[in-house]
Amino acid sequence: MSLALLLGALLAAACVVLVALPYLREPQPADDALEEPGELERRHLELSEVRDRALAALKELEFDHRTGKVSDEDYRALVGPLRREAAEALRALEPRAGARTRVSDAQRG
Amino acid sequence: MPELGRAALAATLGLSLYALVAGAYAARFRRRRLALSAQNALIGAFGTTVVASIVLALALARSDFSFVYVWAHTSLALPAGYKLSAFWGGQEGSLLLWLLILTGYAAAAVLLNRRSARDLVAWVVPVLAGVAVFFSFLVVVIASPFATQVAALDGRGLNPSLQNPYMMSHPPLLYLGYVGLTVPFAFAMGALLARRADERWIVATRRWTLVAWTALGIGQLLGSHWAYEEIGWGGYYAWDPVENAALMPWLAATAFLHSVMIQEKRGMLKVWNVLLVLLAFGLSLFGTFLTRSGIVSSIHSFTEGSIGPWFLGFICLVVLGSLALVFARLPLLRSRTKLESLVSREATFLYNNLLLVALTLTILWGVAYPIVHELVHGEQRFVGQGYYNFFLRIFGLPLLLLMGIGPLVAWRRASLRGLAASFAWPAGAALLAGAVLLALGAGSSIPGLIAYTFSAFVLASIAFEFARGTRARRALAGGSWPRAFSQLVGRNRRRYGGYVVHAAVVLLAIGVAGSSLYDSVAEGRLSPGGTLAVADYRLTYERLVEREAANATEVRAVVGIERGGKELGTLEAGKNAYAAERQVTNEVGIRSDLVTGEDLFVIAEQVRPDGSVYFRVFVNPLVNLIWLAGFVFLLGSIVALWPDAREQRRLADRYARAGLPAEP
Repeated sequence: MSLALLLGALLAAACVVLVALPYLREPQPADDALEEPGELERRHLELSEVRDRALAALKELEFDHRTGKVSDEDYRALVGPLRREAAEALRALEPRAGARTRVSDAQRG
Repeated sequence: MPELGRAALAATLGLSLYALVAGAYAARFRRRRLALSAQNALIGAFGTTVVASIVLALALARSDFSFVYVWAHTSLALPAGYKLSAFWGGQEGSLLLWLLILTGYAAAAVLLNRRSARDLVAWVVPVLAGVAVFFSFLVVVIASPFATQVAALDGRGLNPSLQNPYMMSHPPLLYLGYVGLTVPFAFAMGALLARRADERWIVATRRWTLVAWTALGIGQLLGSHWAYEEIGWGGYYAWDPVENAALMPWLAATAFLHSVMIQEKRGMLKVWNVLLVLLAFGLSLFGTFLTRSGIVSSIHSFTEGSIGPWFLGFICLVVLGSLALVFARLPLLRSRTKLESLVSREATFLYNNLLLVALTLTILWGVAYPIVHELVHGEQRFVGQGYYNFFLRIFGLPLLLLMGIGPLVAWRRASLRGLAASFAWPAGAALLAGAVLLALGAGSSIPGLIAYTFSAFVLASIAFEFARGTRARRALAGGSWPRAFSQLVGRNRRRYGGYVVHAAVVLLAIGVAGSSLYDSVAEGRLSPGGTLAVADYRLTYERLVEREAANATEVRAVVGIERGGKELGTLEAGKNAYAAERQVTNEVGIRSDLVTGEDLFVIAEQVRPDGSVYFRVFVNPLVNLIWLAGFVFLLGSIVALWPDAREQRRLADRYARAGLPAEP
């Protein structure tokens, strides 16, 4: 009984310390606000997702074309819009970078 | 030390409650230290639940009958392994296992994502904590595993059906699956609460969902094998409510794993995906409710408890609250892209989703109907196997066909010329297989013949995909064929791991069709020396033997087996009489032919005092492919789950450039 009580007390103390740890580590922080991505970061993330999606789709299209799953006719119809989509996302993300070069690199990768 | 167990569980409840309230406040009012404190509380809840679990496990191992739970579910004669598996043999222990896995998953999810998706995790914590509060409340207030009594001399023993090696792994795996679906649910709700429409919740939960789905799938197969060996009626799945309870969330999660790829590849189906996650989690709660409440009679349900109303209330709260949240965030989930063609990979995924959800809801109605009927008319009415088998064929066969079509169709759109080139070989192979099977007599069952032809189509399409992918990779990078194959799989583990899982489903379909549509049965009462013929087997009842095992008296009928005039040895079937539990169980005899995949399955239904035995004998063709499917399924899941360094780098780059921490 006494051992159980002792262990229970130790457990309770450990829980209190664990929960209070952020306050014990930083009793008076300069900033206690929870970080959140701002509007700019969210827009960047959204564009990054569009870019990655388009680049991945281009890569997959290239490979499917090579395997014969995508016919020449389908390839020609699909590759243009996908390249434009990827280039637009790249331009929006990196206005000064050579978007065209990145698209070609991605297709090769 | 029941006091320590009780104190630990009370601490879990307190910590979870704190994580819920403080976490929600911190997320709403953006308090960093309070959010971290709530996360720590959730991690601490895992620690305290581990302590409680150790206390119960020690009590079980030491046969401490001052614990009511230990007395009710074990006995001194029970083998040590089963004493430990009694942890989940009763309601209170099962709920504690739920809580242990839940807090373990929650702690891991927080620790792994607290840096990369800080703003999301702030909201994920109160959602996970809310579920933990419910389960810890149950084990603290309603069904405590630490209730005590004056220690008895011996226990009541464990239900003999649970004294089977499969029960050591089947329930924990099922729970890993059920509970694992909490993580994607928490992240989906966390993303909605935080008003984040980006894909981070999907990236963060992709592997969690796969792990939970794999565990649920393997857990069900182990459960089926347990039922096959232990329950002894000749089958492995009887559309029992508790079996269905595990199948439904697995089907919903399967739909989600497919549709989430459409969101990742095309940015579509955001609302649908959130609803599927909610459906899968809601069904996992419903499954636990069915198993634990005793509301339906089932061979897998070993309890009747008072937790039913609490569960029902919690399920309603979760479903209604989540639907309200999804509705409130609809503008955020609007998709900018549309389906370009009805003949495309995403369209086949969509058809697959509709069929999977239709099958899930059909099964749900079959499970719920007796309950609803009893509520309305005051008497239960059962839904027979015919209902389920009918819808399994209606939805299952097109699903099987789609598994073969999907990989052959390109994303976005496919022209007739492209389709013709892709379909020629697999369709030709399937038609040839169908013709050969018809010639061999498989036409005795039309659904069986269709299932086999579709299975051949799927296997051919998978083989074709691997072959042309390897050839293209070799043409691109050079090197040997094995190297090109390894590169192919390594560069797209999810796709090719998925194909391996498809192959497992095909093996399952072949096994189910073979054993249920082409089986043979014979039965009869035999005295020693009597014979019984079934399919091309001839069985001779030789003698009856009786022996004492650790905690049971075993009676076995020894049966000699012959096939085509060739002696194949003997097998034993009979009964076990458990003294402590005061129960008698059927112990079946199974002879597996690993070359043909066939089983000879012998049940000694009645053993009479005059030494005669009433036998029921089955020949189950191809049934072993079902168990083989489990290994292939696991292999495919491991391939899909294997970390992809290239993908990790890409995600790290994406988040770093967006001003978010670099660890994905």
